[in-house]
Amino acid sequence: MLGTTAGRLFWMFRNLERSENTARLVEAGLRIALTRSSSADQEWRSVVSTVGTTEHFLKTHDSFDSDVVIDYLLRNESNPLSVMSVVNAARENARGIRTALTREVWEATNECWMTLTDLLAKPIEGPDLPNALRTIKRESAYVRGAMHGTMTRNDMYDFARLGTFIERADNTARILDVKYYLLLPTVGHVGSRLDTVQWETILRAVSARRAYRWDASGEIDPSGIAKFVLLDRQMPRSLFFCVDKVAAKVAYLDSSYGTVAPSSVMARDLAARFETVEINEIFEIGLHEFLQQCIVDTGAIAQQLEQDYRFNV
Amino acid sequence: MLDAGDEPREPYGEYQSWFSAKDPSRLMAKSAEAEAVFRRTGITFTVYGDDSSTERLIPFDIVPRVLGAQEWARLERGIEQRVQALNAFLHDLYHRQEILRAGRIPSELIMRNEAFVQQMIGVSPPGGVYTHIVGIDLVRTGVDDFFVLEDNARTPSGVSYMLENRETMLHMFPELFSQVRVRSIGDYPRRLRQSLAASAPGSCAGRPTIAVLTPGVYNSAFFEHSFLADEMGVELVEGRDLRVVDGHLVMRTTQGLQQVDVLYRRVDDEYLDPLTFSPESMLGVPGLMDVYRAGNVTIANAPGTGVADDKAIYSYMPEIIEFYMGEPAILKNVETWRCVEPESLAYVLDHLSELVVKEVHGSGGYGMLIGPAASKTELADFADKLRANPANYIAQPTLALSTVPILTESGLAPRHVDLRPFVLVAPGSVSITPGGLTRVALEEGSLVVNSSQGGGTKDTWVLEA
Repeated sequence: MLGTTAGRLFWMFRNLERSENTARLVEAGLRIALTRSSSADQEWRSVVSTVGTTEHFLKTHDSFDSDVVIDYLLRNESNPLSVMSVVNAARENARGIRTALTREVWEATNECWMTLTDLLAKPIEGPDLPNALRTIKRESAYVRGAMHGTMTRNDMYDFARLGTFIERADNTARILDVKYYLLLPTVGHVGSRLDTVQWETILRAVSARRAYRWDASGEIDPSGIAKFVLLDRQMPRSLFFCVDKVAAKVAYLDSSYGTVAPSSVMARDLAARFETVEINEIFEIGLHEFLQQCIVDTGAIAQQLEQDYRFNV
Repeated sequence: MLDAGDEPREPYGEYQSWFSAKDPSRLMAKSAEAEAVFRRTGITFTVYGDDSSTERLIPFDIVPRVLGAQEWARLERGIEQRVQALNAFLHDLYHRQEILRAGRIPSELIMRNEAFVQQMIGVSPPGGVYTHIVGIDLVRTGVDDFFVLEDNARTPSGVSYMLENRETMLHMFPELFSQVRVRSIGDYPRRLRQSLAASAPGSCAGRPTIAVLTPGVYNSAFFEHSFLADEMGVELVEGRDLRVVDGHLVMRTTQGLQQVDVLYRRVDDEYLDPLTFSPESMLGVPGLMDVYRAGNVTIANAPGTGVADDKAIYSYMPEIIEFYMGEPAILKNVETWRCVEPESLAYVLDHLSELVVKEVHGSGGYGMLIGPAASKTELADFADKLRANPANYIAQPTLALSTVPILTESGLAPRHVDLRPFVLVAPGSVSITPGGLTRVALEEGSLVVNSSQGGGTKDTWVLEA
């Protein structure tokens, strides 16, 4: 496989994962904004910060008004991380590697792009927003479904999955990091009342509310949520799950290529850290510090993959 | 499609009986469905200079164009003869130049031709094949009268539309294909691959590695490039994926560098190698021509084939065929005036309103004048251009082209068409896909079929004998 093809597969699936994550973040933000209008601006500020585009946003906007933020996150073409921008990019990646995609995956990607181009052609009115967000998530689910159902489990599949899990790990870490103060065991900081609605947004943002409910028998407590989102072995958006997948995928590449790539050593080290760490230790290190290190490490793995497999040169 | 008595010609008989039993509005609905299929599968092309929508669909008409077994057999013989002559001509031009010495073609027409590649002189491509893929554009003026309008010996495009048009028809009207016995075209990609593999350099041991070279996703024919690579199961590469290492062409893969033996390039000569041709080209591979001249890679089509298909050379094709094949051309040329010749120029200027004038190196229907459709000002402006640079133009009469039906809101209506059959050449073999790409001028009375100028396409059927 061409290095370029590997790079495009990786980025295609990173971009699709991003579009879905952004839709989910907006959905969670909307919920807070609807239930407690006083803190709506604060909530939207944290959503923009989670996506990692605060600086860019503030260049052209001066308030975190919900309509403005939603439009910025979904439609704004000058925002390289808006849903429209990442879907455009994913489709452009896909177009360049039609030889690496099954017809089903290509058509699902192309339809995703056509549907969202149409959907996001003009600003989304408030009442239409829930449906629009559902559509965004559904379209990327179609692509994923087509991939699972039709793609050969070879190195191409590994690069696609690496893109998904690197992006997802980064996203989950950012969600936790922006809300980490809510999860610090010293509850005193956030007021006397247990802020269950806020905690729930974290679970919503990673589609894990139901899973957590079953796992924790209904107990909503901050360190339980933190532990679940960080270290659960089964929830497909937990950090543990993501870094474990990344390590597994690079190990597959190692075995099919008969090499030990530097990126696989890095991924293995990161996964090993998650294997042994306890939630208490994480709080001792500092949740924020721990998450920042995760974000740096996954970023470094992504860069190393780019070099090891010659995405660009 | 109609004979002298306004009855459908014989090859259309079976289709006609199927069609007349159909409800026209249902067929119109099918037509819309076809468009949705094309859009979903991304069968698009790019129009240059149009930034509002860079990807467009080529309109598809659901009424097939039908050719009988016998008329096809005649065409096939003519095409094969022509393609063999083209290859013999190219070999001669880049070696002994017998045809120039014999005075059958003016030397300066070759020597001053931008498409004549000096670096190819004395180079023998692997297996002696210059044009691995050829598209011959044909038009028809009567039951037995086919004319060659143009030879495409550089990088003919459109074969993906031929294949997808058939796929779409099979998908929409499966029952039609059980009623009418149409020759299959589906093995074109496999044969293309075989043909390219058979043209690999002699030094290549084992199974040759083939790659398709594209200028990239923004090229108007990118869909076709990726389609063909995918259908053949070979890599689609851009210049940045390739480099020259130790005298071989290699591509950058996730596991290191891999040798490429055959490069099916969809990049023009001048961008192939910045060290040999256009130095600012980012699309090619520095050093590629050295690898080629050393016989370590096959480039399909060979560099320098364009000299055989420009419109000034075209007018000499009957002489060229006779010179190399020792027999008259089976397929006729359209009468052509070479404006570089003073008498011809005078004639063309006098009869401008009756003629079609084309640029010698033009393609895609750009830069041409259709006399009967032009205004007085347009004619006068064009006459000035002709006088300023006569060598740049040729002129042809407007032919009484045959028509075939298309489906419109108000039922079937006649439109002008051309036909581009696709030919594969490997050492010792020529193979022609039964059918080709039929392009159709969608506007009533129009003669321009180019997709960049609003033309559409149709499925093309060759009936079983």
